[in-house]
Amino acid sequence: MGPSNPHKFQLDDLDEMARQIRRDILRMLMISQSGHSGGPLGLADIFSSLYFNIMNFDTKNPTWPGRDYFFLSAGHLAPVWYATLGRAGFYPVQEMTTLRKLNTRLQGHPAPGYTHGLPGIEIASGSLGQGMSIAVGAALGLRMDKKLNHVYVLHGDGELDEGQVWEGMMSAGHYNLDNLTAIVDRNFCQIDNRTDKVMEIEPLADKWRAFRWNVVECDGNNVGEFLSAMYKARNFKGKPSVIIAKTFMGKGVSFMEDDYRWHGIPPSIEQGKQALSELAPTRFGDFHEFEWEKLPAMAK
Amino acid sequence: MTKIESKGDKATRQGFSDALMELGKENPNVVVLGGDVSGSVKVDAFAKAYPDRFFSVGVAEADMMGIAAGLALVGKIPFASAYGEFAAGRPFDQIRQSLAYSEMPVKICASHCGITVGPDGATHQSLEDIALMRVLPHMTVICPGDYLETKRAVKASLAITKGPVYIRFFRDNTPMFTDESSTFQIGKSNTLIDGSDVAIIACGLQVWEAIQAAETLHAEGISARVMNMHTIKPLDKEAIIKAAKETGAIVTAEDHQIHSGLGSAVAECLAQALPTPQEFVAVNDTFGESGKGIELMEKYGIAQGDIVNAVKRVLKRKK
Repeated sequence: MGPSNPHKFQLDDLDEMARQIRRDILRMLMISQSGHSGGPLGLADIFSSLYFNIMNFDTKNPTWPGRDYFFLSAGHLAPVWYATLGRAGFYPVQEMTTLRKLNTRLQGHPAPGYTHGLPGIEIASGSLGQGMSIAVGAALGLRMDKKLNHVYVLHGDGELDEGQVWEGMMSAGHYNLDNLTAIVDRNFCQIDNRTDKVMEIEPLADKWRAFRWNVVECDGNNVGEFLSAMYKARNFKGKPSVIIAKTFMGKGVSFMEDDYRWHGIPPSIEQGKQALSELAPTRFGDFHEFEWEKLPAMAK
Repeated sequence: MTKIESKGDKATRQGFSDALMELGKENPNVVVLGGDVSGSVKVDAFAKAYPDRFFSVGVAEADMMGIAAGLALVGKIPFASAYGEFAAGRPFDQIRQSLAYSEMPVKICASHCGITVGPDGATHQSLEDIALMRVLPHMTVICPGDYLETKRAVKASLAITKGPVYIRFFRDNTPMFTDESSTFQIGKSNTLIDGSDVAIIACGLQVWEAIQAAETLHAEGISARVMNMHTIKPLDKEAIIKAAKETGAIVTAEDHQIHSGLGSAVAECLAQALPTPQEFVAVNDTFGESGKGIELMEKYGIAQGDIVNAVKRVLKRKK
């Protein structure tokens, strides 16, 4: 195996791809009129970095044994993953129009590619808190076989309320899994309110350190900072690493930014058009053209 | 009638242990997860023989199921071991999403099931696990009846490469009614004693109770068929329908709640295919308590005498 991201974008391209992913998320949600806006928009820079620079995979052979494993533990963030998987080449981007519709591979929460989900999705998620344990199992198994694949798992900060995450963190620390990198989407927002109102999780970095993790903090909406944090984590030996990535929920759309009320709702057509006007079209192009006014009828 | 002798007493959990030792030798991908009860669920022998393939995950069954899923994803064959209540009840959501919905080939090995675990009392008496596991799509549920059958079931589970398998066994030493010549196939029941008046369909420790009950009934002139329904899912519908057709009366027996266990599975089958009078020998919608296994079986109505009485009740209802 050779370490290879098939795209290897540099900073400007990663930024542009992140903007396209944001456009895709908004347009998918405008069509589906169901799904999560805020978290996915906040993660576009991280997903652009992961799939267009960091991770090794082969879109023609999604189960290539040399691939890096990525687990989206917070499954409700699916729209950013789906947009990214399409852009990275795992499936035709036009299929984004089917999000959450009957017979779609873009299930409301991710289903694996070998059942009824998209290629590139390893296992189901949606019920929160399960990804860390799965990542630990994969990392243990790969290490047993002396394989060099890296394992990534992404958690929401609200998701850290789930006790199983801490069980898994403890296991990863116990087994010194340095082939595992966790990413926490630290946007300080969850469904009901700000995270400190719902359940205070600070001091977060200290907690991970106490669980025997190497902690790297960064601005998750800055592609350059995130990349350097990730390469630092990937090369750290002897312990698993966590990137606590500070992001803004709804990043890129002025009226959504840092507002927890955008956690679980889609934009209306009007709000969507407003949001798209704030995100200039990219050289990658939108997945489909619509006459948005006719869409509510079409969506039915 | 066929006379079935016990070949001595041995624990079903020992069958699990011995199967793991053989599998460990045969297949380098077999890995075992332990949750701080390695000695009592008998994975300690494997841990000692294959330390690189044994993972202690602490007292954390939710984590255990996820780790097992991850190991399966990268090509390992994980056996996750715990007491029944903590193998099925506590991590139900993890089993549902990460194993069943995701079709992960993980073997969930549940020891100390049923009321017969005894002195530990109701918190540790897993009486709901068959119900919880059989309701899940893509799940296979096996409840073997003796030492050797447990060993066979554990080894046979390797052939299931799509979706999880739940194997339920017990703590105590119990009579061995199978031997080297017995056959075992997942999803295929074994008729141990032929009979024409009634069919007793049992799983786990109640198979031996059913054998004893059939002998008592035989002495009273009642011809009872005894079927070992070791696989609850997928259910051997063909054999059940045949038994209903040929005997016209069914008794089910299990160390489990009356709701949604083996009895319910049989009733679901017959209600659709051939409605037949049926009596249920099971724990009657109540929690257990401390006591010896045999004392509890008698107090909670799942011993051989209860099977005999159930047969007499169902015969009165038979057309």
